[in-house]
Amino acid sequence: MIGLVSYLVFFLILSLIFGVAVLGLNLQWGFTGLFNAGVAGFIAIGAYTMAILTGPARDAVFGGFGLPFVAGLIGAMAASGIGAAVVGIATLKLRHEYLAVATFGIAVTIQLVCLNWEYLTGGTLGLIGIPNPTKAWAEGPLAQNALYLLVLVVVVGLTFAALERIVKSPWGRMLKAIREDETAAASLGKPPGRVRLEAFVLGCMIMGLSGALYVSFIGYVSPWDFLPIVTFQIWTMLIVGGSANNRGALLGALIVWGVWTMSGFVISRVVPSEIQAQGGAMQAVLIGLILVIMLLVRPRGLIGEELHVSRHARS
Amino acid sequence: MILQHIADGILSGAIVSLGAIGLSFTMKMLRFANFSHSELLTWGAYGGLVFAAFFLSFGGFMDGIIGPFSFGPALMLAMLCACGATSLIALFLHRFVFERLSRKAGHMTMVFASFGVALVLRHLVVLIWGSDPIYYSNALQFAILLPGGVRVMPDQVFLLGLTAVVVIALHLFMTHSRTGVAMRGVAENPDLAGVCGVNVDRIVTWVWVIGASGAALAGVLYGMTVQLRPELGFSLILPLFAAAILGGAGSLYGAVLGGMIVGLSENLSVIVIPTTYKPAVPFLLILAILYFRPDGIFRERSR
Repeated sequence: MIGLVSYLVFFLILSLIFGVAVLGLNLQWGFTGLFNAGVAGFIAIGAYTMAILTGPARDAVFGGFGLPFVAGLIGAMAASGIGAAVVGIATLKLRHEYLAVATFGIAVTIQLVCLNWEYLTGGTLGLIGIPNPTKAWAEGPLAQNALYLLVLVVVVGLTFAALERIVKSPWGRMLKAIREDETAAASLGKPPGRVRLEAFVLGCMIMGLSGALYVSFIGYVSPWDFLPIVTFQIWTMLIVGGSANNRGALLGALIVWGVWTMSGFVISRVVPSEIQAQGGAMQAVLIGLILVIMLLVRPRGLIGEELHVSRHARS
Repeated sequence: MILQHIADGILSGAIVSLGAIGLSFTMKMLRFANFSHSELLTWGAYGGLVFAAFFLSFGGFMDGIIGPFSFGPALMLAMLCACGATSLIALFLHRFVFERLSRKAGHMTMVFASFGVALVLRHLVVLIWGSDPIYYSNALQFAILLPGGVRVMPDQVFLLGLTAVVVIALHLFMTHSRTGVAMRGVAENPDLAGVCGVNVDRIVTWVWVIGASGAALAGVLYGMTVQLRPELGFSLILPLFAAAILGGAGSLYGAVLGGMIVGLSENLSVIVIPTTYKPAVPFLLILAILYFRPDGIFRERSR
């Protein structure tokens, strides 16, 4: 029973960490229509920043400032935001599919940097010993994980509430206007270029937050955690849950991560051990099929966008 | 040393060119960036492996090796069959995924779907053939020493020759055959071409067949000169897109020229940057071209 509960806690923690990233992507794609194919790269920036800011000092590697948890989170968001601003200024002028190609390339490049810039990132070995704040607050892994889950619920709740408020604000309506028809929005005096950049940076900051939450939970960071498949998983979560709906984003994270973990569990039980190494490939095939079938059968996702009519138009 | 880099650049550029032709055509004529195109290279390469084993099982004449090359008639025939099989895969994907989505959803939905399709195709290769590298042949080859100290393998000379033949044949097809001219018409304006009596569906089928066959050839040639592995196509996504975007979507010569530029700059980059960062070079090329021509080479009409 304890085993099941602690597994459930572990599962919920990872779902919520993914959920944060999906919320960031939802702001970009769901509300603004920006195709970011480099999600894993921006998560990686946040994760490594967290590791450098809060981790212990190391020989021959930069960082290890031992800063508190919250400072790490803020720093991670700032670093991802700065990275996104640099990238965004260079690429956001591009129309959809070119933006997809460019952001895909950014993620590849960021991963190369993580792998090879040993002074900053520890290279292939990554960075270890990143403190988990709950270690100081409680004894035993279950209590610590439960506390971390609590921390996550608070962080996700705040992010969710802030995003809900943002997308209902005049700025949020401007995002949708630009998504639907950029020319029309521009003709009404809205600055599409600036607003797209703001939405991109904000979305990437939330992805960076997700990366930071991930490393302090896992306790280490390695370049192999940010392969392009992470981007695909997060996209699938958004499509399954329903883009342009923050509730959908979180639901998608829960469902897709559930399918991923369950399929991993089933494969580890059913598949003979000689071909266990191929189990990951089966999971990837499954995720790809879910994405394609969802697009074909129910493109708006499980709970898609709620349609609003302006209260001024109604009367 | 620099001459060797140039030779290697042209050789890898030829493979990228062949693969980029199809990507460039689908970007222009079907109006979406197909991230699963690179997986057609992988399937072409592994398809070649299967067909080669099939033809080799006949023994006799098939077992032979042509001249100084590492392969014989079996792999040549297998290459053709791989083109056919890869075309069938592409047409299947078109019929059951991309065409359906293009009818009821936007272009971006097709791009998503291509991500999903790529994931499925790539990992099916892992499931079927495993993730270890495979070679078509273990035959030893002697390098040819060219003036300037440049060494090339006979297979690499074959690669370059075949690429040239394919590009010339495609050029003649696009300029002299009715289908080729109709294809260029569809690229310019599908509705107008339809009004003029062009069967747009048939042209789209041709686009997939040409694109997939080019991808399959590129895959087999990559397998012949490097090795077969499941990430073969995936590792070429950025070079392929860089070539297609550099050359301008829909342009045959653009894709070939773009492929050469990508191959050369990748191989020459090792002179100035560490080899480990070589995979980022195509991305920098994409950024550079998009920065100087922000709407892409072919300016899209604004809606």
